[in-house]
Amino acid sequence: MGEAIVITSGKGGVGKTTTSANVGTALALQGKRVCLVDTDIGLRNLDVVMGLENRIIYDLVDVVEGRCKIHQAVVKDKRFDDLLYLLPAAQTSDKTAVTPEQMKKLVDELKQDYDYIVIDCPAGIEQGYKNAVAGADKAIVVTTPEVSAVRDADRIIGLLEKEENVEAPKLIINRIRSHMMKNGDMLDVDEITAHLSIDLIGIVADDDEVIKASNHGEPIALNPNSKASIAYRNIARRILGEAVPLQPLEEENKGVFSKLKKFFGVK
Amino acid sequence: MKKNQNVTIKGTKDGLTLHLDDSCSYGELKKELDRKLSENSRSVEDRLLSVRVQVGNRYLTEEQQEELKELIRQKKNLIVESISSNVITKEEAEKQKEENEIVSVAKVIRSGQVLEVAGDLLLIGDVNPGGTVMAGGNIFIMGALKGIAHAGCHGNKEAVIVASLMKPSQLRISNCINRAPDKDQDDEKREMECAYIDENDQITVDRLQVLMHLRPNITRLQGGS
Repeated sequence: MGEAIVITSGKGGVGKTTTSANVGTALALQGKRVCLVDTDIGLRNLDVVMGLENRIIYDLVDVVEGRCKIHQAVVKDKRFDDLLYLLPAAQTSDKTAVTPEQMKKLVDELKQDYDYIVIDCPAGIEQGYKNAVAGADKAIVVTTPEVSAVRDADRIIGLLEKEENVEAPKLIINRIRSHMMKNGDMLDVDEITAHLSIDLIGIVADDDEVIKASNHGEPIALNPNSKASIAYRNIARRILGEAVPLQPLEEENKGVFSKLKKFFGVK
Repeated sequence: MKKNQNVTIKGTKDGLTLHLDDSCSYGELKKELDRKLSENSRSVEDRLLSVRVQVGNRYLTEEQQEELKELIRQKKNLIVESISSNVITKEEAEKQKEENEIVSVAKVIRSGQVLEVAGDLLLIGDVNPGGTVMAGGNIFIMGALKGIAHAGCHGNKEAVIVASLMKPSQLRISNCINRAPDKDQDDEKREMECAYIDENDQITVDRLQVLMHLRPNITRLQGGS
């Protein structure tokens, strides 16, 4: 019997989909059977980030409406041997095509076959959010060190605490720019964690590589040299129950040499 | 003296008190009251007399109270000052209890959440920006107040707001509203503070210790030293 984790944030554009893709990938790298579920019906893009867009035949709405079986709709990630799957959202319907009850049934069914179900939640707190949360056992709230994102995270945590089936949510702070935090131009990690008063499960530095990888349809977690990749892998290990210390944020110390290396494209 | 007298009139230095017996029926009582007062009004007095009515262990509905007041008022030199009874309904009692209770809540009030209590609120946690706490009485916050607090929300101007860290987006007491200055002016270490309505009808934030002089009623301790 697997575990369903919903990745949510309230605010859009903080990196829910990227986080879903990478946490899912990192869990698969740890040898777990993972199914990613995109609940952003009408605005799907988890499939694009995963590079699985052109293999989609059926989608979540097809499953819910009985046009196909779950195993027909899930798309297998070829980079993994039978570990990572994606259940894509429909692009032609909208959020009202599915009800929370149907979602719960679907997720419960998926839990029979997979170790982890990673549910990518759409932005907002309406139907789409309710669908995404319906079947979840755990929740991860993603925020960035911006006041607006933290405000929305606070709102979403309040809503999640009301859900009886969901455990106390965990926090990921995404897109950290260490130099801005250092100068006090950005909320720092401790400040955000104290304000939201929930457990921190990971911090991810702002990294151009993440965008690059997403555009190529390859989750950054597959690239072992990137800092963000290590952050996602650490998050996956923490989900599995390992105690992994937080990455230090300072990268300035690496100095000119590493910048030169980067410049010449040497990894 | 009649054997069972349901209405007795007593004169005190503050005026007249009507004692209405609580063992007879309401109808009987009305009849007797009417008769008694008619007898009395024969005595010629010019000035208006205020009367306090005591009904003992009888519960009077709003309509009955009005009826009695009307009945007494008809006797031209009598005015009902108050009707007091030893009994109240369960709902009234519960309401009174709620209004006088301190409700303690251990929670973070997050953006979009509203916590409302009838009496005093003791919040063991923070109020985050976008969150609101409301109380019919006082609000005491053990954590940081960064959202909105509304004390005395049913009109009690004596109500106060106390917080360990006073950084509200808005303070409301009764019908007064005060908002935070647009610029964050201070980051110095501050101790626990309180907010109250001052003599100019403005919400003022001050040291906690001023409250013992300004609002001695907050003390509920009976006896002791």
